[in-house]
Amino acid sequence: MSNAFLSIENLTQRFPAGKGESLTVFENASFGIEKGEFVCILGHSGCGKSTIMNILAGLAEPTSGAVLMDGKEVSGPSLDRGVVFQNYSLLPWLSALKNVTFGVAARYPEWSRSKVVEHSTQYLAMVGLEGDTIHRKPAQLSGGMRQRVSIARAFANHPKLLLLDEPFGALDALTRGTIQDELLKIWSGTSQTVFMITHDIDEAILLADRILLMTNGPYARVAESVEITIPRPRKRDQIIDHPNYYAIRNHLVHFLATRSKELAGQQTGSDSNTPQTVRIDLVEETKGDESDDPRHGAHLRAVNE
Amino acid sequence: MDRLSTNQRAAILSFIILIAGLLIWEAAIPGQKAATELTEYERLTGGGAPKAGVPPPSQVMQKAWEQLSNPFYDAGPNDKGIGIQIAYSLYRVLTGYFLAALVAIPIGFLIGMSPVAYKALNPFIQVLRPISPLAWMPLALFIIQDSNASAIFVIFICSIWPMLINTAFGVAGVRSDWVNVARTHELGALKTALTVILPAAAPTIVTGMRISIGIAWLVIVAAEMLVGGTGIGYYVWNEWNNLDLTSVIFSILMIGVVGMALDAAFGRLQRAVAYAE
Ligand SMILES: Nc1ncnc2c1ncn2[C@@H]1O[C@H](COP(=O)(O)OP(=O)(O)O)[C@@H](O)[C@H]1O
Ligand SMILES: [Mg+2]
Repeated sequence: MSNAFLSIENLTQRFPAGKGESLTVFENASFGIEKGEFVCILGHSGCGKSTIMNILAGLAEPTSGAVLMDGKEVSGPSLDRGVVFQNYSLLPWLSALKNVTFGVAARYPEWSRSKVVEHSTQYLAMVGLEGDTIHRKPAQLSGGMRQRVSIARAFANHPKLLLLDEPFGALDALTRGTIQDELLKIWSGTSQTVFMITHDIDEAILLADRILLMTNGPYARVAESVEITIPRPRKRDQIIDHPNYYAIRNHLVHFLATRSKELAGQQTGSDSNTPQTVRIDLVEETKGDESDDPRHGAHLRAVNE
Repeated sequence: MDRLSTNQRAAILSFIILIAGLLIWEAAIPGQKAATELTEYERLTGGGAPKAGVPPPSQVMQKAWEQLSNPFYDAGPNDKGIGIQIAYSLYRVLTGYFLAALVAIPIGFLIGMSPVAYKALNPFIQVLRPISPLAWMPLALFIIQDSNASAIFVIFICSIWPMLINTAFGVAGVRSDWVNVARTHELGALKTALTVILPAAAPTIVTGMRISIGIAWLVIVAAEMLVGGTGIGYYVWNEWNNLDLTSVIFSILMIGVVGMALDAAFGRLQRAVAYAE
């Protein structure tokens, strides 16, 4: 695990909670992310997803533990890790284009102004923003357009790791769908490593190579790592017909509805908490290596790493 | 009538109020005794004098025409055009004001960014802020030994507080998300201050600047009455001593007009830096 591109090792976060007490959000969380992987993390509100992301971004310091990217310890924010926040990540006094050039000029200070503008315009076009729209201020854009600008700004900077904190949380379902497609399109053209927080199961299945499941806090754990065994390219209206789709979805729903509570609050002491790998693949099974009753193929196979 | 816009109707109403006011004023004047009708006794005690001197608006308008058609004449220390007097006042106000901005905005930034600086400086600000700027005048005259510089100092001291407090408030209130954008783009401290915090806090800062310029213009009239020599405040006081109420009323109006122009300029600046979230 420690030779993964991004390696989270024994991360613990406690916050003071008054009267000398402290709130342990999570303890000894450990997991890894490979280069080029798209990983989603799912969990109930308040379990510590944003806290993990802020640590990965370098915006916050963990109480203990370390984050290694490319073998180097993360300390402080860096242009190598781009962040898309849920809200307010655009500077409201700058136009959409200027918000993107702001980032690009910081990333490539040696570029000429015209090159910066050209590059930024190109990335805005990739998320469907063209013409007059890019000269508008964020307040004159819809929520969906604003989040597109944020995504364009993040991708335009070619960060080694892209962190997204519930980027579509505030959007209506239709807009959310279009932007998810755009995100997939822009992502598939790169080998961008993405770590994304969401609480939308279908969104996670559509986008992710792997879903990390978090139990409720305090003492939350990254309990499982579920592989999404649905081939790419994925289309939202086609993946629902894939035999693995509902098996995976049911597993996720079950986890969030009951097991995230059951597993919550278990203090595991000083052990390192690595998630269990879960692989659900009905296609592979019916091909028949383990020729059990095919109906029982729907059982989960929890494999300890 | 109902085809007119709100603005047009308001303009018509303003105009009616103006005309009515002027007519009432004009009509009220003849009710007073003319100076020649006063008894010997009244004239000796000065009893009727100021009242008798209240001029009708027609006279004030005549004065205004006279003054404004030649605002920059200079006929000795006690007889300068209204333009020159206002220029003196503006010079003092703007000098004191910009010196204050030079001090208040950087210190406001510091206080807004650093809770320690805020806590350390707050007691001083709280004690100094409520002091009437004119209370500094004797001390300023004694230390600076120059009436013009003392007036500028008084402007400086009264302009500083709204700018300082608003800058600190604006800077402290900058959304942490925006600061995080700067951090994730590895901007240095100076670049963050100039490209993120300053534009984010600008509306609040400019509001403070607008309040300050208003106060400075209020204070300069009183300060110039005290220090004398030149300026619109001195001019008002001088004309009062000459019992020339026409000039007093005219200069009062001019003080209002200049104050309005200063405020409008900062209103423009405020709109320029405003942003919608
Ligand atoms: N700066 C902080 N100080 C104290 N408690 C915090 C702080 N940040 C987050 N928390 C607490 O940590 C927990 C996890 O928060 P967060 O990471 O925002 O959850 P999520 O993003 O999963 O909804 C919550 O209980 C929250 O109240
Ligand atoms: Mg969150």
